[in-house]
Amino acid sequence: MRIGIGLPNTTPGADGSLLVDWARRADDGPFSSVAVLDRLVYDSLEPFTALAAAAAVTTRVRLATMIAIGPLRGAALLAKQAASVNALAGGRLTLGLAVGARRDDYEVAGVEHRGRGERLSAQLAYLRGSGRDGRVRPSPEGIEILVGGASGQAFTRMARYADGYAHGGGPPRAFASAATKALAAWRHLGRPGRPLLWGQGYFALGDPERGAAYLRDYYAFTGPFAERIAAGLLTDARQVRDLVRGYAAAGCDELVLLPTVSDPAEVDRLAEVVAG
Amino acid sequence: MRVTVVGAGPAGLYLAILLRKADSDHEITVVERNAPDATFGWGVVFSEGTLGALRDADPRTAVEIDDTFARWDTVDIRYQGRLLRSRGHSFSAISRKLLLDILQRRCRELGVELRFGVEVDDPARVAEMAATTDLLVGADGVHSVVRRAHADAFGSSVEPQGCKYVWFGTDLVLDAFTFIFRETEHGLFQVHSYPFDERTSTFIVECPERTWRSAGLDRMSEQESIAFCEKLFAADLDGHRLLSNRSLWTSFLRVRNRSWHHDNVVLLGDAAHTAHFSIGSGTKLAMEDAVALAGAFLRHDDVGAALVDYELQRQPVVERFQQAAAESAGYFSRVEHHTDLAPLQFAFNLLTRSGRISHANLEARDPDFMRVLDAWFARDAARASGNAREAGEPVAIAPPPLFAPLRLGSVTVRNRVARTVAVLSTEDGGPEAGTARALADVAAGGAGLVLVGPVAVTLAGRTSPRSPTLHTDAHVDAWRHAVGAAHERGALVGLLLGHAGRRGSTRPPEHGLDIPLDEGGWPLVAASALPYGPFHPVPRAATEDDLAELRGAFADAAERAARAGFDLLELDLAHGHLLAGFLSPLTNRRDDDYGGPLENRLRFPLDVVRAVRDRWPGERPLAVRLGVTDWARGGLTVDEGVRAAASLVAGGVGLVHVEAGQTVPHDDPPYGRGFLTTLSDRVRSEARVPTLVGGHLTTPDEINTVVGAGRSDLCLLDLADSPLDRELVAAGSAPPVPSVPQASSVSQASSVPSAPQAPPVSSAAEASSAAEVSSEVG
Repeated sequence: MRIGIGLPNTTPGADGSLLVDWARRADDGPFSSVAVLDRLVYDSLEPFTALAAAAAVTTRVRLATMIAIGPLRGAALLAKQAASVNALAGGRLTLGLAVGARRDDYEVAGVEHRGRGERLSAQLAYLRGSGRDGRVRPSPEGIEILVGGASGQAFTRMARYADGYAHGGGPPRAFASAATKALAAWRHLGRPGRPLLWGQGYFALGDPERGAAYLRDYYAFTGPFAERIAAGLLTDARQVRDLVRGYAAAGCDELVLLPTVSDPAEVDRLAEVVAG
Repeated sequence: MRVTVVGAGPAGLYLAILLRKADSDHEITVVERNAPDATFGWGVVFSEGTLGALRDADPRTAVEIDDTFARWDTVDIRYQGRLLRSRGHSFSAISRKLLLDILQRRCRELGVELRFGVEVDDPARVAEMAATTDLLVGADGVHSVVRRAHADAFGSSVEPQGCKYVWFGTDLVLDAFTFIFRETEHGLFQVHSYPFDERTSTFIVECPERTWRSAGLDRMSEQESIAFCEKLFAADLDGHRLLSNRSLWTSFLRVRNRSWHHDNVVLLGDAAHTAHFSIGSGTKLAMEDAVALAGAFLRHDDVGAALVDYELQRQPVVERFQQAAAESAGYFSRVEHHTDLAPLQFAFNLLTRSGRISHANLEARDPDFMRVLDAWFARDAARASGNAREAGEPVAIAPPPLFAPLRLGSVTVRNRVARTVAVLSTEDGGPEAGTARALADVAAGGAGLVLVGPVAVTLAGRTSPRSPTLHTDAHVDAWRHAVGAAHERGALVGLLLGHAGRRGSTRPPEHGLDIPLDEGGWPLVAASALPYGPFHPVPRAATEDDLAELRGAFADAAERAARAGFDLLELDLAHGHLLAGFLSPLTNRRDDDYGGPLENRLRFPLDVVRAVRDRWPGERPLAVRLGVTDWARGGLTVDEGVRAAASLVAGGVGLVHVEAGQTVPHDDPPYGRGFLTTLSDRVRSEARVPTLVGGHLTTPDEINTVVGAGRSDLCLLDLADSPLDRELVAAGSAPPVPSVPQASSVSQASSVPSAPQAPPVSSAAEASSAAEVSSEVG
């Protein structure tokens, strides 16, 4: 199993210099990817813009959206953004897409919340080559695509269009159960091979309290679930290693550990745990 | 901490005990609307695991509970005048009243304040209580007022589940957990019964609502209903009486809550979640909740953090039990359709109903039962396969059900394992090079049936330009060669023959399905002029001429398949392809004889079945791959799908490959291990036809369970790659493993960008030397 690290594009106080510094450190470290989150109604850096900055200062790591909320963007613009980052990064983009969890992101974007699943499916069909007439370039052809979500529809969408599945986080048991569904869906649709399986978790090795406070704030919209997510925060080496072991055993291909504190030393702290 | 518990059932009392034990400064009040000695229900069941947890949590009460337990390890099944016993299932039960006595005494001893006769009956009162205490616990059962006070915050759902039932006691003392099945003119009745002390047993009677009404139970008084049940089960009660404790017929309510806490209010036991009584886990889950919640307060001082911890621990466990309970409740509401199963198989089906016990589990619990079942299954299969010698001899040991042969028409499949091979075509529609080898590998790997396809009946019926076709005689020889390669290795070969309908003219599947071709596409035909998904072309609604031509194309292709030597033909009536498109109301909007009610929607598929049956050799089995539900709103329901299966069987179909979904792209399938098994069980038992089922069955144990229990006759095995397969190869203990197709093609598997690099190995046993195969079938 490969291990990636999140970029601080949604943590409080993250600016351009921190993001770039962070990406450089990650590229030097034992990480296979850097990943971003997507949230419109939150003080955060836009995911493709953040990845473009990371692309400029890295040479090795893959650049991933875990996930980008597809339907907030038009299909052609989404394809253009993704293809541009992919071009800037020399083909290192992994495009994770899902419908997201927040209604207000849709309201502010002026996009209907209803029908978001079908719109995401249409975007995926477009990214895969349907309805493109070649006028919008560079082409998104060949970009590695992941799809997230927990419903039967989401797993079908993943198996129909994507190269793999992006899990939304939780204990290894929850990941294993989702991975089984992803595999079952993939087989049911008769896709060759098997889906890539990406997982994620949150860490705060330096300042756990600040990390937990950020998670409570970031997930406040989920009500009681914010506390549950905060309770899953990895705050020491043992917890990180346990999660890594659990995810590897559950068949995860790439586990992305996301930051909760805007401190570049967090990269080094995690690198030490991961390398050790 | 000040704690108020609403409800003095096992969960509430036990929580009070554990909290008070942990810290005698906690001020704990339990309020209960009934009197201390009022109780409903009779005995409750526990497992050994629960007992262990209780011993750890509070040894004092555990000893008392232990001392009063009725224990047994046998399940008795009384069915069609037979008594079948299965051992090795350790159960314990206790009188609910006695359990409450023990817990109440312990509460008083520890200084918990118990207030009986206090009614909490409205939301305002709940809010008031929450405001004046640190923690308010809703342990007030299935009709919880505390839950109803915050139904939105909890995300509550309460729905009836399963049969109508009534909860009696009896002075008959049983020595086993006893299931009784009794047929009546109104339908089948079941009893769940078990002892809980030296004098009394619980005796729950249930039946589907239709049976309940037909028997007039909906209009009977309590006394009349007792008399009815006593008479019905007179033989089993053996002169004993049924005891009533306001025992009224009711529906079980399944309670779920998205969240179990809100501010300082938390739900416990039945108030938070119920699990159908047929898996006997309600009290166990409730008391385990109490242990977890009390434990969370040892780890956290903060109420909010403790409640999150409790919920994180308990929700996944409870979810699994609720899933098993739903399977079990579903089983009992449909069990009347299983009365054609032989008693031993009926018993195995019953024991494995919730998915928690498999063939392997039961073998560990009760080796004799499994040995006899395996032997019975083998003899029964030998009899059905016309092997008179084996069928007539007293077999004592036999391989498990997976290895029993299956007779279909005049052919015999050597075992119950089917594997699919998705073949791609050459430029002109023939099977591509390597097809014979792929079939040979799967056959050598042990599959009894190799299922090839889909192959299209016309060029317009292809899914992609790489889909093989049998629209001319050109490729009959190539197919015969491939089929022969599998025959040499002992497998039968089936062909999935179909027409993609509105899902045609797409790219090959390596980078996604249902991506329409930009160039080189072809016009589509379907039941109605509705496109499949985004950017799909609109198909033409088939005209009468189209239908006649398609009937002919299916029949011609069937004849070619026969000449190519295929042993079994499977017509594709699933996944939104052409024939399935007629069946589903979502895709069939026709106003002629082929649209409207189910009989009309079935008309064209049935026409095709008859046309094919005429041309396909009578001794070879004809199957359909049938989508029995669309898993989509407004789509084909399972009831309709089962009726369709029965009609197809009447039309000459001898095997139903049970499938579902993909009719529309936005369907919502319940993916997981064996996610099609229940559907197969329904088709097999209700349409009374042999079935084949897949749905992510990945182990021999799953197949032994599905086949042994009569839920399906054949299973599609979806083997996972094991590092041990490669280890055997590396150690020289097995021949090199060739690329074996799984549900997919050989050549495409490795072309997914950065796909996992492990070869799509199926098993070492499936490996066969490439040199050997190429010399024989190359």
